[in-house]
Amino acid sequence: MSQEETVTPQDDLPRPERVPFFQRLLDNPFLLLFLGVVMPTVFYIMWGIMEIATLPVAP
Amino acid sequence: MAQFRVCPDSGFYFDKNAESLMKANAVAGAVFLLIAGLLGLGVILTRWQEVHLLPADVFYQVLTGHGINALIFWIIFFEIAILYFASSTLLRTRLAAPRWAWLGFALMIIGALMNNIAVLQGNSSVMMTSYAPMQAAPHFYLGLILFAVGALIGCMVFFGTLVIAKEDRTYEGSVPLVTFGAITAAIIAVFTIASGAIILIPTFLWSIGYVGHIDAAMYRVIWWGMGHSSQQINVAAHVSVWYLLVGVLFGARPMSEKVSRMAFLLYILFLQLACAHHVLVDPGLSAEFKVFNTSYAMYLAVLASMIHGLTVPGSMEVAQRQKGLTKGMFEWLRKAPWGNPVFSGFFLSLVIFGFLGGITGVVMGTEQINLIIHNTIYVPAHFHATVAVGTTLAFMALTYLLIPVLFRRQTFLPWMAKWQPYVFSAGMTLMILFMLGAGTLGVSRRHWDMDFTGAMLAFEYPGTAYTMMAVAGIGGVLGVLGGVMYLVVTVGSLLFGKKLDESAGLLQGFGVPLAPSSYTVEQPERLPMAPKLAVEEHGSAGFEAPGTFVLAMFLLVCFVVYYFINWDYLASVWPLS
Amino acid sequence: MSSFLPPAERNWWSTPVGKQEVIWVGIALVWCLIMFLMMPYWHLYGKQNLSSEAYQTTPAKFQQRVDEMVAQYQVGEEAGMPIVKPPVGSDVYMLGRLWQWYPILELEKDQPYRLHLSSMDWNHGFSLQPVNINLQIIPGYEMVLTVTPDQAGEFTVVCNEFCGIGHHVMLGKIYVKEN
Ligand code: HEM
Ligand SMILES: [Cu+2]
Ligand SMILES: [Cu+2]
Repeated sequence: MSQEETVTPQDDLPRPERVPFFQRLLDNPFLLLFLGVVMPTVFYIMWGIMEIATLPVAP
Repeated sequence: MAQFRVCPDSGFYFDKNAESLMKANAVAGAVFLLIAGLLGLGVILTRWQEVHLLPADVFYQVLTGHGINALIFWIIFFEIAILYFASSTLLRTRLAAPRWAWLGFALMIIGALMNNIAVLQGNSSVMMTSYAPMQAAPHFYLGLILFAVGALIGCMVFFGTLVIAKEDRTYEGSVPLVTFGAITAAIIAVFTIASGAIILIPTFLWSIGYVGHIDAAMYRVIWWGMGHSSQQINVAAHVSVWYLLVGVLFGARPMSEKVSRMAFLLYILFLQLACAHHVLVDPGLSAEFKVFNTSYAMYLAVLASMIHGLTVPGSMEVAQRQKGLTKGMFEWLRKAPWGNPVFSGFFLSLVIFGFLGGITGVVMGTEQINLIIHNTIYVPAHFHATVAVGTTLAFMALTYLLIPVLFRRQTFLPWMAKWQPYVFSAGMTLMILFMLGAGTLGVSRRHWDMDFTGAMLAFEYPGTAYTMMAVAGIGGVLGVLGGVMYLVVTVGSLLFGKKLDESAGLLQGFGVPLAPSSYTVEQPERLPMAPKLAVEEHGSAGFEAPGTFVLAMFLLVCFVVYYFINWDYLASVWPLS
Repeated sequence: MSSFLPPAERNWWSTPVGKQEVIWVGIALVWCLIMFLMMPYWHLYGKQNLSSEAYQTTPAKFQQRVDEMVAQYQVGEEAGMPIVKPPVGSDVYMLGRLWQWYPILELEKDQPYRLHLSSMDWNHGFSLQPVNINLQIIPGYEMVLTVTPDQAGEFTVVCNEFCGIGHHVMLGKIYVKEN
């Protein structure tokens, strides 16, 4: 799951006003893509698979 | 060479490639909706026990086809069209890599056909979930894989188009909220498709004998990484469509860009965790895993939906009040264009999604409450409120907008279009409510025979369960009628609707562009920022949308009451630990 | 003037948010936290919680357990299926296979049992009716939960996960007797 090499800080264009951090985050689809894929991959897929894989064998 | 046309009615700029692709994807989606709807009729007429139309094997075959065609093919084709609209059209930019986009489309068509053929051949009646170790024919999985690859290409074209728009500076400032919602949908789609690849590729290899064993429990976890996330694509997509429609219909602007976008951010971060809804009564997963994931990490995505639930109608109310509809709490709503299917479709989608789909979803996704609901017919009832009304009806409403704007035809049989959202949602609501009831009585989903004919042991459901399934049956038939009306209007418009552009022929449904003379714009003007508000207007006591607030509080009260009723019901079943 | 144009302010993040939205977000957040806390609360004080005790197993191994129990505690037969009355508090087994729940169990009211469930072939759905408790039964995994039937009577296990053409005839029984 590593289609996210594209995470580049896009927002170095000159800007008339200083744009707050959160707005810059929300203006950056690729950073959001990265976050949106990592979150469920770690918390749902990896955590879930680990729990199943580490179940003890029936006595 | 001029590549854009400007729609004289709406002012939208359409890139020639993007336009053709949108049409082809939307039309393909409608075709699969037709298939799904006809199969749905077979399903509901079998579940209506007094009718019990189909034999068991055909029922399971038809149910498999219904689920896949409705949930996957119809919705995703239409969503690809929405992605191209939200990027190319809304940002006034050319579509990135149109050839790739066509390749993606072709793969999706081939995949969808291949999968349908597998189901039709009869040895792949495994339900859309195809839980291993139950096995379908190899081309059942291969079809889904090809479809997913095609959809992934569509997402990449969408992201590419965003990059082009940014580089060419085709818009001022940040992307519009609707586009931001589409970005949310596309992000969720990437995770969805990745999960699908992780599970379907090994399963395909297993079906042709290259892999020896698929673990049944892991299959469920990863499959739902795809299966549930794909519903979250729908949520993000139809919420964006709601924002678009209130913008087009009322000139509404978001009440607050920040709040609405943060709500989408909560979707991006947390919505997909709820895949865990489906494994709450599976063996071996810990309570911590279930509680954290099923609650989207403390219900943060529910928070987001409740925010949209306020801001979508709220922004409409604000716009209506500015037009002078200020009497009382609800004049803005009473005097809305109820005869316009774009509006009625949107509003019914919003209300039914919120009241029926949203509330039941959160309730049954509660870790312990799931024990009394898992795999009962309550579950399909819930998701018909979310996808079959919420998403599907929102897309239908959007279609009525697009017939003149995108397809350049006048609506065929406008009276039918006017009634369609009401018929469809009345039927579906009836079906949903009574299937919820039957599920509470324990009637199971995906089940051919409530009478258990031929079983060695016997069991009888209470008589009310039969009555409920019969009423659900009547509702379902009405719902199918509503679906047929939609297709009569859309197909009829393409065939017989008055042409608004001389060259808007039938072939455009297959992606043939209009005559070259329709495309007159080389590069549209840069998309300006929304005009600033002259004065910050506030209604009573700083409440800009008091009517909406009342409605939202009403939703909350229903939610709270229903939530605790279900805890109470849970408390009455056998103790478990 | 609309949702499909770029925001009116370049720096929209700093535009103040209306009072109404702030209040609604506050209310909704409180409700979300209540819903979240209900789940741990129920783990502590509620009586219906699914255990996460489970084992990796094989159909053969699980079948053997079931057979041992049947051999030891069979008390009758119905429709060709053994009725088993294991001691109170003991480990009891039920397996799902195409297309039956095996064997029939006879339990005592208000007594706890450690119920082991697994599947011999495909996914099955353990749906206890008319109580309405529903569990997913997966081949290769053995789920263990402590149940305390608190009603006497005849109960049916319906299969509510699609398991092929005989899915609708897959029924099982649990009898609960007053002691
Ligand atoms: C138009 C009228 C429709 C009718 C009468 C209808 C009826 C039904 C019924 C009764 C079931 C449950 C059957 C069972 O579990 O035994 C079902 C399942 C389902 N429906 Fe529909 N439906 C309709 C439209 C839709 C639409 C528009 C969608 C999605 C966009 C949809 C998606 C599904 C899915 C995903 C399933 C689950 C299939 C499975 O269990 O594998 N349906 N439908
Ligand atoms: Cu079964
Ligand atoms: Cu079954």
